[in-house]
Amino acid sequence: MAERAHVHPPRSAAPPAAAEATALLRAVGLTRRFGGLTAVDGVSLDLHLGEVHAVIGTNGAGKSTLINMLSGELAASSGRIEFDGVDIGTWSQPRRARAGVGRSYQRTTIFPSFSVLENCRLSAQAAQQRAWAAWQSAQHCEFSLNAARAALDAAGLADHAARPAGLLSHGGQRQLEIAMCLATNPRVLLLDEPLAGMGAEETSRMLALLAELKRGHAVLLVEHDMDAVFRIADRITVMVNGAVIASDTPDRIRGNPSVQLAYLGEAH
Amino acid sequence: MRTEAQARHAWIVPIAAAAVLYALPAVLAPYSQDLVVKTAIYAVFALSLELLVGVTGLVSLGHAAFLGIGAYVTVLASGDAGGSVVGVAALAVGAAAAYAVFVGALSLRTRGVYFIMVTLAFAQMAYFVFHDTKLAGGSDGLFLYVKPSSGPLNLDDKRHLYYAVITTLVATYALLAVLMRSRFGHALAGIRVNEQRMRAAGFATFGYKLAAFVIAGALAGLAGFLLAVKDGAVNPELLSWHESGAVLLMLILGGIGSLRGAVIGAIAFTLLKELLQLDTLLGPLAAHWQLTLGFTIIGFVALLPQGLIGLRARFTRARHG
Repeated sequence: MAERAHVHPPRSAAPPAAAEATALLRAVGLTRRFGGLTAVDGVSLDLHLGEVHAVIGTNGAGKSTLINMLSGELAASSGRIEFDGVDIGTWSQPRRARAGVGRSYQRTTIFPSFSVLENCRLSAQAAQQRAWAAWQSAQHCEFSLNAARAALDAAGLADHAARPAGLLSHGGQRQLEIAMCLATNPRVLLLDEPLAGMGAEETSRMLALLAELKRGHAVLLVEHDMDAVFRIADRITVMVNGAVIASDTPDRIRGNPSVQLAYLGEAH
Repeated sequence: MRTEAQARHAWIVPIAAAAVLYALPAVLAPYSQDLVVKTAIYAVFALSLELLVGVTGLVSLGHAAFLGIGAYVTVLASGDAGGSVVGVAALAVGAAAAYAVFVGALSLRTRGVYFIMVTLAFAQMAYFVFHDTKLAGGSDGLFLYVKPSSGPLNLDDKRHLYYAVITTLVATYALLAVLMRSRFGHALAGIRVNEQRMRAAGFATFGYKLAAFVIAGALAGLAGFLLAVKDGAVNPELLSWHESGAVLLMLILGGIGSLRGAVIGAIAFTLLKELLQLDTLLGPLAAHWQLTLGFTIIGFVALLPQGLIGLRARFTRARHG
């Protein structure tokens, strides 16, 4: 279904070896306090091109807050965020998004009254806004139309392009959520529970899509579905009460006694 | 999404309406012509607010401030000698736009009901500046002694004013229609539906909202220019919250979300107000037109939640279903 994971050609063709060595997105000691509560407590993690880095943890562990800080929706109380070696901690969310940090939302965040194609086209337009070119019709903007169609192809929604987005099934809307993110041509994907509320068939379709996407992107995956996480993740970070208690390969995480005690034990 | 054919058809009704308006003076009595001019000016005003409320999703309760500033600047800039049409209009529009930059930059930091209250507060501020200071005649307002003219165009001539007003309405409608189909307009619509997603995609939404706010303020200032020229006088009531509420009611009456709705709402509101003040029609009730107007609007909103523009959809649905 997902034939093209790269919606756009990569912006900088970094040699694979370098991509392995240096992180595309790096968080160092990221902390967020809400009054007396420390929601995220000194979290450091690296996202590499071609890798799915899963963040797991119980409800309230600070996973969504972490994504909100990385995407720029929420300012960090302290800590540093680097994207491609540049400190982007003070950048606004739109600026980070234009630079290549894309995100999806846990609660489906689409334009329900617009067509599926327009949802993606509008997202793609962010890269070439040309707000002053008022005489040009948005419907004829080749750049954003091409990006939107490619994103819909990648997410397997090409057949639904003309439908109002609000009429898609729940799974379809989750796919659209990802497609809208892809349409902005990101290099980093911050995915907040993309599998939430999905059936078995939709889940396996989404996992196949993620497996395709990780080839061209650095993916951060926050997810509750443990089977899915252990199937797709290259690295897993476990958060408890805002802090990281372990960060390792799936196999070692599975065998980690403190993780079993704090998280997996509780769940089973 | 609209198809190409629908987009082309969408132009037929407005163009036909404009043609009728241009031909009307040949058959209209002076009173009716005056009413058409007044309605058309309010249609420009309503269209300007539609860009904020219907397109961008910003409900402002202070839009009359820009109408009033445009009107006052028209009188002040004309002075005793009168001025050129373009020069005075440019000053009126510029002053309204400048106030819109100031109000927008501050009020757009708030959302929802707070935005409503902050825009109301800024409009009241402007209202009291004109009402309580000697700057421009205080609560009595000012007279426009010499109306602007440029070459053969003399706005003191009712026929000239009529064509100038209709042309402004047509141009405003066309401008907004073009804006709405552009990338800028689509981004504004995206902000209305889901601003969080627009920011996540990479749109710095504040700049977009401010641009919409300033364009809307400038167009309201243009309506104020025409209103001052038509009435030959201005007073602080032009900036009052009643006026801001009235233009919002026009949109609600006509149907929020389309340019046609704004124009239809302006027509409906002006006609209703005119009819309900007729002694011959309502007798002693005519003195209490605000009461009857209020009840009429409640009735309209209860029966037609989509506004008058929703009537057509209702009829076509009835025919098909």
